Amino acid sequence: MSTTTNKEEFWRWHEYHRIMPNIKPTNKDLITAGVDVGSVGSKAAVMVNGQAYSWGITRTGSNSPESAKKALNYALKDTGLELTDLKYIVGTGYGRVNVPMANKAITEIACHAKGANYIWGPSVRTVLDVGGQDIKAIKIDPTGRVVSFLMNDKCAAGTGRGMEVFADLLQIPIEEIGTTSLKVEQEPEPVSCTCVAFAKTEAIGLLRKGWSKEKVLAAYTRAMAVRMANLINRVGLEPDLVVTGGQSKNVGIVSRIETILGVKCLPTPNWREGALDPMAAGAFGAALLAKALYEKEQQT
Amino acid sequence: MDSDKCTGCAKCTESCPQKALEMVTEFIDLEDKTIAAIKEMHRKKIQYTCTTCKPETNQTPCTKACNAKAIWCVWNPSNLK
Repeated sequence: MSTTTNKEEFWRWHEYHRIMPNIKPTNKDLITAGVDVGSVGSKAAVMVNGQAYSWGITRTGSNSPESAKKALNYALKDTGLELTDLKYIVGTGYGRVNVPMANKAITEIACHAKGANYIWGPSVRTVLDVGGQDIKAIKIDPTGRVVSFLMNDKCAAGTGRGMEVFADLLQIPIEEIGTTSLKVEQEPEPVSCTCVAFAKTEAIGLLRKGWSKEKVLAAYTRAMAVRMANLINRVGLEPDLVVTGGQSKNVGIVSRIETILGVKCLPTPNWREGALDPMAAGAFGAALLAKALYEKEQQT
Repeated sequence: MDSDKCTGCAKCTESCPQKALEMVTEFIDLEDKTIAAIKEMHRKKIQYTCTTCKPETNQTPCTKACNAKAIWCVWNPSNLK
């Protein structure tokens, strides 16, 4: 008898790509792309005249250039467009220097600011970007320009990767982790360690003590939300607040931040129904900056 | 440091007795601008690095060297504009 069993991978989130049906690009249009190679997810967006046309979200592999190519090909899939149709490509994110086809690399801070401005409009002043390995609180002006920002330490505490670890530990599919964490009658005390490795140990201890999965998850999510709220307060909260990055899809996080800060975030667009995905905000921003850079290049 | 006001003259980096400042390239308003920034190694401990210059007065070598008035010390909260 085999001793190994096929372990289900609860952390594994779904890759997907989307094409906006109402846009039909022609060769007269200015087509640009943004590729955001994050630590966990690689996102690529294609824009036609500054309007989102298609995007793809994939997992980042061990090879950044490969991941960038994969994400961009995923965004171009079924669009009929080729890599050569893209006038300008901007690379961004953790692996931005490793995007081989990019004309320019720009920090993800500038791209998320621009992307949040594009998704939610000019009323956005504070952007919380919760990525796979870092959290950034960014203050922006009505044009999507960065005013100031703060970043967490080099630590995965309170990030998307931490959530993946917890999904695996508690055997809850990652996409259900937000709603599951809200299934508690009373909000438990947050776990004392936000460090992923220590929090995992603490969570195992709590499970042995007889806590339900939901309660443990709520305690961890609460600790993460407190950390994010602190970062927002340090940069200076100014409404409207939005959450971008993978964790914007985690309703457990978003609702807890709202409770702690006492403000409502602008709602996460319904990306399942085809709306702009805030997880790809960096890629949208990069594609918009690509358009601006291309136009500037043409003028000179 | 206000990266919008910084002209990239690098006078502050020369004035700093702790050599805590450096010139970096940042992408601002679709341009690669050369601006002054605090060195990475000093970022988390800047309050200690700066103590010798009496930052509470806001009259440190770097603030005096800056013609663009892009540097100020947040030691004293009233300096925060």
